[in-house]
Amino acid sequence: MDLSLIIMQLLSGIALGAVLVITALGLTIVFGMLGVVNFAHGAMFMIGAYAGLYLASLTGSFWWGLLLAPILIGAFGMLIEFVLIRRLYGRSIDDPLLLTFGLSYVLVEGVRILFGSDGIPFPTPSQLIGVVDLGVGFFPRYRIFVIVMVAAVLVLLWLMLEKTRIGLIVRAGARDPVIMQVLGVDIGRVWLAIFGLGVALAALGGVLAGPMRSVNPEMGSLVLAEAFVVTVIGGLGSIPGAVVAGLLVGISISMVALVAPEMATIVMFALMAAVLLIRPQGLFNVRGRVA
Amino acid sequence: MQKAGSKPTELKISRRTALAGLSAGAMAVAMPRLGRAADDTVRIGFPTPLTGPFAAEARDQVKCAELAVKLVNDKGGIGGRKVELLVRDDKLNAGEAATRTLELIEKDKVHAVVGALSSAVQLAVNEVTRARGVIYVSISQSDTINEAKDFSKYTFHEALNPHMTTAAVAQHTFKKGMKVAHLVADYAYGHEMLRGFKRAQAAIGADSVGEILHPFGAADYSTFMPRLMSMRPDVLCISNFGRDQANAIKQAVDFGVKQQMKIVVPVLLHNQRLAVGADVFEGVVGGANYYWGLETQSKSAADFNGAFRAANGGAIPTDYGAYGYSGVASLLQAMQAAGGTDTDKVVDALEKLQYDLTKGPQHYRKCDHQSVQSVLVLESKKKSAMANDNDLFAILANDAGSEDMLRSCSELGHAT
Amino acid sequence: MTAQSNRAAATKSVFGALDRFGDQRVLLSIAILIALPWLLPSQALAVNVLIYGVVVMGYNLLFGYTGLLSFGQAAFFGCGAYVTGIAIGRYGMPWFAAVASAVVVSTILAAVIGVISTRTRGIYFSMVTLALAQLVYYVALQASSFTGGENGLRGFTVDRISLFGLQINFLDPLNKYYVLMVFAAAALWFQSRILNSPFGAVIEAIRENEQRARACGYDVERSKLLVFMLSGSISALGGCMLALHLSIVPLDILHYQTSGMIVMMVLLGGARSFFGPFVGAAAFLILEDVISLWTPHWQIFVGAIFILFVLFLPKGIWGTLLETLPIARPRR
Repeated sequence: MDLSLIIMQLLSGIALGAVLVITALGLTIVFGMLGVVNFAHGAMFMIGAYAGLYLASLTGSFWWGLLLAPILIGAFGMLIEFVLIRRLYGRSIDDPLLLTFGLSYVLVEGVRILFGSDGIPFPTPSQLIGVVDLGVGFFPRYRIFVIVMVAAVLVLLWLMLEKTRIGLIVRAGARDPVIMQVLGVDIGRVWLAIFGLGVALAALGGVLAGPMRSVNPEMGSLVLAEAFVVTVIGGLGSIPGAVVAGLLVGISISMVALVAPEMATIVMFALMAAVLLIRPQGLFNVRGRVA
Repeated sequence: MQKAGSKPTELKISRRTALAGLSAGAMAVAMPRLGRAADDTVRIGFPTPLTGPFAAEARDQVKCAELAVKLVNDKGGIGGRKVELLVRDDKLNAGEAATRTLELIEKDKVHAVVGALSSAVQLAVNEVTRARGVIYVSISQSDTINEAKDFSKYTFHEALNPHMTTAAVAQHTFKKGMKVAHLVADYAYGHEMLRGFKRAQAAIGADSVGEILHPFGAADYSTFMPRLMSMRPDVLCISNFGRDQANAIKQAVDFGVKQQMKIVVPVLLHNQRLAVGADVFEGVVGGANYYWGLETQSKSAADFNGAFRAANGGAIPTDYGAYGYSGVASLLQAMQAAGGTDTDKVVDALEKLQYDLTKGPQHYRKCDHQSVQSVLVLESKKKSAMANDNDLFAILANDAGSEDMLRSCSELGHAT
Repeated sequence: MTAQSNRAAATKSVFGALDRFGDQRVLLSIAILIALPWLLPSQALAVNVLIYGVVVMGYNLLFGYTGLLSFGQAAFFGCGAYVTGIAIGRYGMPWFAAVASAVVVSTILAAVIGVISTRTRGIYFSMVTLALAQLVYYVALQASSFTGGENGLRGFTVDRISLFGLQINFLDPLNKYYVLMVFAAAALWFQSRILNSPFGAVIEAIRENEQRARACGYDVERSKLLVFMLSGSISALGGCMLALHLSIVPLDILHYQTSGMIVMMVLLGGARSFFGPFVGAAAFLILEDVISLWTPHWQIFVGAIFILFVLFLPKGIWGTLLETLPIARPRR
């Protein structure tokens, strides 16, 4: 098999992995800090895409949509945390999962009522239409933009968590929320912000994926399963885990597509089963936390 | 471990409210169902996916089926009996469809069932109606329903099948010596389309340069594109349906596939083209059972469009809508010919029926009950070439219906 | 006055017996199921309540009684249905042999998934069961020569059933209901036996406090695996019933949305209550039936009602009813 094809395949795998990383990231951060599995994460991804599309058509520019949709949906996520999820802290850890599961039904159907059940076209921004000649083949400009964008978000996130005072509180709060309260930190506000951040990341993933896929009310359900697999492989709550596992899954899918394309979906689950047998807590997690 | 978070008094109030809501719900169930129409009505069950990704197609089907019923009722019904359409949501789920069909037969005592959109739902309904000897007119596209294994003497297939559409599309796009690549959804319907294309390709003398099977329901097709490009074909046949088709074409266009080759699909859906946009679909060629623009060449189409416009505030009927219309209307014509709803007589009448409802003459072939009908080949228009929002396609060809388009009865396993 | 208190006492004993330990709860549950087709608007709906009731009952053993929130119960429901259909259609087995082999095969599948998933705890368990069940879905989709793939499994029409030399017309909805009800009755009895056994006490101890159960000397890992398999086998029986009922097996039965529906049903009815699963299945299916006749947007109501239940009625309809009625507190 010729080398340029393999390089191209690797690149498609990374682009695919980039979207997986951004969706899994929000899920894993919320779990790591709050201990909540957000089953409505896929639905948030979907309403993110719709919000991006709506805002882009309102302002006439994709870039405003890309900037404003995560903020708007992130704020919506904070509202959800404040009104619904907050009531469940202290109850069984299953309850937030069940609640967000019900929420995903409401969100999907709500979008169907507002925007209809059909897909809506999400045009690629004019600056990013077309392909780039990489010497080994042509690659869509937009997908290269997605890889760069995700890398930038990761750097920003890392800076925020490691270099700022807020990051310090967040990291400490994840380790021991009770001590934080004793120290006079309003942990409720931290959780509110983190949930908002997780949802905003899902929405960002949705806006980024919009021009690559058709935007429709069911687009989130597939993403949810993928994000679950990635977080389980990487280790629930682990940010580096989500990044490595996202890329690993993306590249595996892409390489399998080269030899046995019809198996491309199954490979993701097989990979997860294998990781679980060897390291039940995921690649990047310390034992004792969840397993 | 499990501790209630809120205070007991609060809990009590909310619980009482919730219980009140529940009992109201229970009353709604216990309430006698709305009065049954007089027993001499002709009842037709119509399962269709009102919820889910094909809701728009389903709504068009319902509108058109209602139109067919209304036109018959306006002329006095079937021998003086009014016709009633019982629409049920099959949720695009075969189990749900089978349950709804059972209800329609056992509780509502329907005389016939028309409908279904997905292949799986159609086969589920077929299984239920076949075991109970109820007439079923299927309006879902699939080759499986024609084969002897799933045949029922009570089932008629009004929709086109992949064999017919791929043959027509290939006829007008393939040329001798052309290189053809295939991207195929890995499930029965995808394989049926691939088989159709390959058979046509062999007859024309085009060469296959490769085929890639993709998982059914995949959202990302980018990983298949480098290999497809490296095959350097003249034509890329994308054999999948609905959302899969939309995503696959969109991503192929992103990779610059259209600059190198022509994209061809077995079925070009009206609503899917609207969902994805003109720029992406520009130049894509595919088959169809109906397109409203046929009205300039066919009087039947003009009449059907006119009746639909009158009933729906000037809107135009879509491809799947036309199936809903011709499926119900052909059944009602047969009932009229049979003078009632006696199952054997209506089956007999359907087998003999010659009908022309939306696009020209049609009839059901005796051995497999497939409707022999014309096939359209459409090309998606460039945005600047569209006269209005509904002007989506150019009609490249309108192949008249003939039994030569179908697989032979003996090939399908029917006794000849 | 006395009549009233008598009536109160009677209600008390009926509701109490339906849920507390003892043999009456099985008999009373069966009595309600016998009356069901006459209470619901259609027999097709009653059969569905029966089928989903059994599936959810199996799930309740895992989620309600042991406290393991699995999101992959559809795998066993589907496996039971597929194996029944394949055994009848492909291997020409009589229906009872098909059902028996389906339950055995599904229990083996439950053992495999259980070995992997019970190694994890908490939320991890939910996600692992979800992902493994999706794997089963994709395998069924790909193995289309066995399963019929996306078109679903067909070709095993069950139109009559022979029982002790008796030929029963299985197309008649009432015959079908009562034949399938025998399965449900057997499952109810089996579940009651499990809960009454010492093992029933072990799984409840695990739910209350896993560490303490371990300290008491129980083999927690093995008990979890065993309850996972038992739960899978009961839900698989529901799958067998579905295959016999519809004469097809739809692929959607394996999708994770089916698992989600099972979770919703158990919560609506009342997790950790003996008859709750049937109440939950009935409530969900009736709700869906009623609302979807009125609007295609029924899911928004189902979702909202479910949220309200999680927030305000975590014990579900049946569990709350048992608590609210003026009867002695049911034992935990």
